[in-house]
Amino acid sequence: MQSRFLTYLFRRVLQAVPLLLLVVVITFLLVHAAPGDPVDVLSGQMETAPEYREQLRREFGLDRPLYVQLGRYVAKVTSLDLGYSLRYRVDVFDLIMSRLPATLLLMGTSLVLSSAIGILLGAFAARHPYSAADNAATLVALAGYSMPVFWLGQLLLLLFALNLGWFPTQGMASLRAPAEGWGRAFDIAHHLALPALTYSVYNLTLIFRLTRARMQETLAEDYITTARAKGVSEGAVVFRHALRNALLPVVTVIGLTFGFMLAGSVLTETVFAWPGLGRLMYEAIMARDYPILMGLFIFISSLVIVANVITDVIYALIDPRVVYK
Amino acid sequence: MSAPAPGTPAAGWVEEPPRPSLWRIFALNRMSVLGLAVLGCLLVLAVFGDAIVPFDPEKIRAGPRMASPGAVHLMGTDDLGRDVFSRVLAGLRISLIVGLSAAAVSTGIGIVVGSFAGYFGRLIDDLLMRLTEVFLVIPRFFLAIMLVAFFGAHIVNIILAIALLSWPEIARIVRAEFLSLRTRQFVDAARIAGCGVLVLMFVEILPNALAPVVVAGTLQVGQAMLLEAGLSYLGLGDPSQVSLGIMLQQAQQIMRSAWWTTAFPGLVIFLAVLSLNLVGDGLNDVLSPRSRGR
Repeated sequence: MQSRFLTYLFRRVLQAVPLLLLVVVITFLLVHAAPGDPVDVLSGQMETAPEYREQLRREFGLDRPLYVQLGRYVAKVTSLDLGYSLRYRVDVFDLIMSRLPATLLLMGTSLVLSSAIGILLGAFAARHPYSAADNAATLVALAGYSMPVFWLGQLLLLLFALNLGWFPTQGMASLRAPAEGWGRAFDIAHHLALPALTYSVYNLTLIFRLTRARMQETLAEDYITTARAKGVSEGAVVFRHALRNALLPVVTVIGLTFGFMLAGSVLTETVFAWPGLGRLMYEAIMARDYPILMGLFIFISSLVIVANVITDVIYALIDPRVVYK
Repeated sequence: MSAPAPGTPAAGWVEEPPRPSLWRIFALNRMSVLGLAVLGCLLVLAVFGDAIVPFDPEKIRAGPRMASPGAVHLMGTDDLGRDVFSRVLAGLRISLIVGLSAAAVSTGIGIVVGSFAGYFGRLIDDLLMRLTEVFLVIPRFFLAIMLVAFFGAHIVNIILAIALLSWPEIARIVRAEFLSLRTRQFVDAARIAGCGVLVLMFVEILPNALAPVVVAGTLQVGQAMLLEAGLSYLGLGDPSQVSLGIMLQQAQQIMRSAWWTTAFPGLVIFLAVLSLNLVGDGLNDVLSPRSRGR
């Protein structure tokens, strides 16, 4: 059993490698398919000295056949060289790493919040189907699902930050806040509240809809009827028997929609000027700084692919029915 | 006694209870009917917008700068004095055009890929499904950002980028339907009658596979509208068109003193996508009886 799991793990990781390569190849092809000189793309559309353009040409082998260029590009990316942003005068990989913690903080907070609330609400709604509370929750979830996430952010910003003044309007920390300790933590949490709320609504609707559907299916199973018949209390039926089984697919979908969720974080970060990867992407688009854009695309795609692998492995670990193949 | 005239029931014929019309089933879901009504209003507003709007949506200084909503400017004006109501209607038209075109292209690609994979199976299926999985794994919003950034923020590029990222969902549905339909007797009958492969696929099988595609396609119109709004908000909207997403991006700077510049464009996207989702739910009730109930 143990060795079969390890084989599965190994195979699953191995399957991710061609996908990762493919992402790099797609990026490479996009640079060359785009109208204009690839040098413009690689230099971030800056007016640059002819010497620098020559250097780029040599570095990427732009005068060589396409497959040589592709080889060099793949080699560069796999050694974590995502290029250099002339505009910011920094290495793109370093820039991404410096912005990653803010995004992880926002995503982590929101995922914990939305999973907890979404799963509880979903279980409750499935337990009382078509009740007033269920109908209301379903309608609200549908509304949240149909709303541009950044518009919701703007409305919350308008109401709670600009009009009521309860929360700061942008950024992650105030200039005058203490630089360390609880003061700093409180200041960051204060800034985090609105973006986390916005982003949670977006994730919450997904998780709620999914849990409700799975829970309803599970509650109709024979073993639930059996549990009720032998006198198990309703709370234990819902939480111990049904929810645990209904959650398996929910866990998977949270992992598999990771890319979808990251898209929400880009838009949320842009509204609140939250200094993470999403805001960086917006800045790069605005400045036409393509090395950053390409680096972010490769980095985020890799994150998503790795998240998929981890999800599959977790699923295999917690679901005894999974047959490793 | 003469034979009964054609059309009159023979003796012993038990009249079947009339099957509920499709509209009846759709109408059972009140929210879907409401969605259809809202969607209809929005479509009328978008199509006849030019005739209704009081001002040219691009006209600067159509009124005072940042005037609040009132009798003359129903939704107020923005920082350049442009009439927000007129711009919202123009933006709604572009959003709907993008949403409908992207969903149409995506459904087209999805049907072709899905039917080839499902009909032929084996190697073709394997290859096409690997391709589909790749498109499902790569984060599509970010690929759309790259495509539009590199190839230019033109409305056609935006439509193609969104469509290119949405078709796998349709392809999977069509493939699953084809897999179950291709062994049915009516297909064998048509094959024996001498129909070609393409006729079998697209005349015999496809019409029977369309129900879930219609539902998914409807939902994709809304998704495409949200994607377009997101791209425009990030600065990748077509600058030569009035877009609701671009309006929201511009509103970010001025909403402190003019809330209406963000409230109304967003509300219109929200209503359009919500009504599309409600209609999709209703269609699902009509077209796939198994999942009926909600």
